[in-house]
Parts: sequence; C-alpha cells; structure tokens
Amino acid sequence: MAARETDAAQMTTTELVRRSLAGGGVNLRSLAFEGVLTVALLVALGILAWLLAVIAIGGLPVFFERGLDFLTSDLSSNPDRAGVAQGIAGSLMLMGFVVIVSFPLGIGAAIYLEEYARDTWSTRLINTIVRNLAGVPSIVYGLLGLAVFVVALRELTGPGNAQGQSLISGGLTMAILVLPIVIITAAEALRAVPASIREAGFGVGATRWEVVRSHVVPYAAPGILTGTILAVARAFGETAPLIMVGAVVGGLSTSYEGVIETIQGRYTALPTTVYDWARKPADFAANTYAAIIVLLVVLLAVNALAIVLRNRLERRW
Amino acid sequence: MAPSTGAQPRALTAADLRGSSARRRRESTIRAVFVAAAGTSVLISLLIIVSLAGEAVNFLARVDPAMLFERGWFPRRDLYGVSTIVAGTLTIAGIAMLVAAPLGLGSAIYLSEYASPRLRRTLKPALEILAGIPSVVLGYFALTVISPTLVDRICPGITDVFTMAAAGIGVGILITPLIASVAEDAMTAVPRSLREASYGLGARKRHTSIRVVVPAAVSGIVASLILGLSRGIGETMVVAIAAGGLGGSLFSIDPCGPGQTMTAAMTALATGSDQVAGASLAFPSLFFVGLLLFAMTLGLNLVADRFVRRVRSGY
Repeated sequence: MAARETDAAQMTTTELVRRSLAGGGVNLRSLAFEGVLTVALLVALGILAWLLAVIAIGGLPVFFERGLDFLTSDLSSNPDRAGVAQGIAGSLMLMGFVVIVSFPLGIGAAIYLEEYARDTWSTRLINTIVRNLAGVPSIVYGLLGLAVFVVALRELTGPGNAQGQSLISGGLTMAILVLPIVIITAAEALRAVPASIREAGFGVGATRWEVVRSHVVPYAAPGILTGTILAVARAFGETAPLIMVGAVVGGLSTSYEGVIETIQGRYTALPTTVYDWARKPADFAANTYAAIIVLLVVLLAVNALAIVLRNRLERRW
Repeated sequence: MAPSTGAQPRALTAADLRGSSARRRRESTIRAVFVAAAGTSVLISLLIIVSLAGEAVNFLARVDPAMLFERGWFPRRDLYGVSTIVAGTLTIAGIAMLVAAPLGLGSAIYLSEYASPRLRRTLKPALEILAGIPSVVLGYFALTVISPTLVDRICPGITDVFTMAAAGIGVGILITPLIASVAEDAMTAVPRSLREASYGLGARKRHTSIRVVVPAAVSGIVASLILGLSRGIGETMVVAIAAGGLGGSLFSIDPCGPGQTMTAAMTALATGSDQVAGASLAFPSLFFVGLLLFAMTLGLNLVADRFVRRVRSGY
C-alpha cells in the first residue's frame, strides 16, 4: 500500500519533470493563476485611484471658486461660507499636545526598555503591554479620555462651559493613543544601533547615560524621528477618539483669550469637521470633499517628509 | 581619591573604579526618569481597564441580564440588547473579510512571488498610501460612492443609502493593505532555498507558490487574517458614517439593510451627549460595550501574536 503511494508520487514527480523539460510553452493554468493575483493587486490599487479621483473631482471646484477663502473661513451653516480654519487650528494644537506629551514619555520608555532594563519577566510584561496597547481600537482610547479627562478631571480640563470636553482633554487622549506607537518605533531604532558602539563607550569608562546620550541616541535619531513623525500623521487622521471626548464642531474659539482659556475651551479638529459635514445634507458634499483634500494633502506632506528624512539620514551598519 | 604617598603607589581599590559619587547619583536619577516613563505605559493600560471595568460593572449591576439578549438596541428607550450590536459588528467584519482576504492575500502572493524587485518598490508604497487614508475618508467614500454604485447592484431594489454591505466593503478596503503587508512579510521570510528546491524538482512558479511558500508561511498568513479581523471589529468611522442606524437598531444581519456595530453605537451615544450626561444607563452602557470590544480585539491580537512569533522562530 505504502509502496504504491510512493510509486504514484514518483510518477507524478517524474511526469512533472518530464513535462517541464519538454515543453517550454505557456501553461494556461499558471497564466490564469498569475492573472488572478494581478487582478487582486490591481483592484486594491484601482480602488485607491478611484477614491482619489472622486475626492479630487468633488472637492477641487471649491478651491477654484473660493481659493484660499475655504482655508481661512470659520465653520458656518451656509455651505458657501463654511471653511476649515477652526479645524486646522484645532488639529495643529492637538498635534502640539501629542509632541509635547508623548514624545518625551515614549522615547524615555523606549530608552529604558532597550538600554537599561534587564531581560526579566517585568520587562517582558511591559513589552507585551506596549505591543497590545498599539492594537487597542482607537475608540477605546476615546472612552479612556471620556472617563479620565472629561469626567474625573473636569475641574482641571474644562471647568467652564466646555464641561471637560476641552482641547486639553482631546490633546491628552491623542497623546496616549500614539504613545505605544512612539515607544515601539523608537525601541526599534535603538535596537538597530550595534552593540559595538555601546561597548566602545563602556570600554573608555563612560557611564550608561553618557553612552546613551552621546552615542546611542544620536545614531538612532533618524529612525526615532521618522517613526515619531509617522505617529503624528496617524493621530492627525484619527476621528473616533475625538468624538468620544467631545470635539464638537463649532467650538474652537479663534479669538485670543489666553492660553489657559483656549486649552480649557471647546474645540474641533479637521477630521471631525469632515465627519460632521459628511452627515449633513447633499449641499455640503463639495465642502466635505474639499476638507478631505486638505486632510490628505497634510497627511501626504507629513509622510513624504518622513520618507525623505529616512532616506537622507538613514545609516546602515 | 586619597593622595598617593611617596614613591610607593597605593594599590587600586574598588572605590577608585567607582567614579565620583556625584556621577553615580546622576546616573541613578536619570535611570529613575526612564523607569517612570516606561511605568507610564503600564499605568495607562491599568487606567483603561479600571475606567472601563468600573462603569461596566455599574451597568451590569443596574441592568436586567435578560435585556442584553433582547433583539434591539435603543438607548433612548432604555433598551440595551447588546447582542444586536455584537451581531452587527460580526456581520460587517465578515463582509469586510470577504473583501479583504482575497484582495490582501492575492496582492501579497503577487508582490512576494511574482513582482520584480523594481515593480515591488513602486507598488508597495502605493499600498502604504491606501493604508494611510483616514477611516473617516473611507467612510464618506463608502456612503457616497460604494453604496450607490456597488451595493445597489448587489442588493436589487433597496431604497436605503445606509447599508451594512457598504460599510463592510469600506472596512474591507481599509484592512486590505494590513493583510497584504503582514502576509507578504511572512512569505518573503521563507528562505530562498525552499523555492529553489522546488524549482529544482521542476515545479512551476504556481506550484512553488501554492505548495511550498504558502504552507511555509501559513502562520504569518493566519496572523494577517486575524489582525485584519481585529482591526475590522474595532473600526469606527466607516461604520458610523455608512451603516446607518444612528438612533438605534433592530436585530439584523441583513447586509442590504442598515445596522449598527458596537463602535458606531458608542459614537452615536457620545454625539448625543445630553443623553449620556443624564441619569439613564446610557453612560455606563458605553463602557460595557467598550470593555466587550477591548476584550474581543485583545483576544484576537494575542492569538495573532502567537502565530507571528511562530513565523519568527521557524527559520
């Protein structure tokens, strides 16, 4: 029985070899298989092209008609006057929070995990937690922000009419959202620095901090920089957590009231503006597409910056 | 350091090698700063669990357990049939996987086995651009383009613009690049020698791909599908915009009709913030749904993690 099976296997193998040696011609089934794979990729890329075309056709007329007015106008219930100025300002301020809060914390945590921590169960636990935090749906971070910043810390985050649904609540929520991504990318960049660099430093009597500060971090800086820029880009397009912590459209005050009043006040962001307009009647469609264009242009510019930096500064060992 | 006396140099002790005490103090201070930074990430994960669990327990204590299985989700009428939104979530994630699994895996096999290195260098960034499109944008695309062009053909005679099919296809587009990139990584990690052994036996590229590379990379491919599913379950904006059912939803798994997922139910509750602030169960129900979502995605991610690690240790 077993011998016969081997015989059959050998038969097909022999047959395959004989056929492939004899015939150099086109095998229809192989061609069909490659065709199916190509179609899968082309459909994926075709959807991207379709999406970009629809957005360009839908949104560019707004810029032709109104020019930069769309970028500098405030929100309005009149589609011909509504603009994204508050959304842009709000998003930039949110990104400011991300940079100030999550960069030092994230890079610090990465330095601890890569340079200081020994391989103990607690280190492995922290690593596992960080990896899994990166996979938590963004809306769950919104719930965290709602429970902690909007409700529990209301006195600090927005004692006035914002009722905690303030710029500072949104900014801190976003900072926590990108923190695991910053830690993971920074740790990868640090890991790529060869051990010989550190050993050379220790060999001449430098302490760990001296080695980290003057050798490891400078060599890892390009990788850390591109990773953190990409993390900011991710936060820029996030909508769901901001909805949970009340990025209510029509909020952000652009008049100067002082820093504290501004960050404790209501706010909006570019992606939440898109969401709000997407739910409005059809006369807001052109504005929605135009706001999407602004969002995508910013995202593409930030991503291009990260790629350029990576290509120019990257160091191979 | 003690001054050396005369011609006889004093023997070197451990105290000399230790360096100055100021330097050591600085070292331990800096170390403490980094420990604190790392501890913050642990603190945050604890905060997530505590904040979710606290209110979720509050919800469970006040709700009739039978209500959770009731067929319908209408927070405004105090009807919290959680099974309704779980069914909606699974329906939409299922449609998304039907779209994304063939597209993502096909793209991955093409990129890893068929594309020339030059072609790959141009195609991969294009897929990365698709991965970087914010979900709110894909949600609007699903509502305004996919719903009238594709869904109208799949579901003849529907009148509703908001359908679970449109949202599912939108989510599918969103997770296709993720599946493609994880699966492609797994397949490019398969050593060349396996392919060459197969070619050496006279196998065609098609046989090599299907019978050698895919089985060798199967852990990574499974991981890519699980990660895609997890991402699809947690996806919010596409569903909130395109699936409808904002005021609540009846129990439904009909792709051609509107529906509501766990994530969309949360945004709907949060945007009607007056309801959330009231004394009703709406606010705690948010956290119960959130905890359920957290548990589902965490479980899937942990399973995927195991599969990914098996790939890494394979070769």
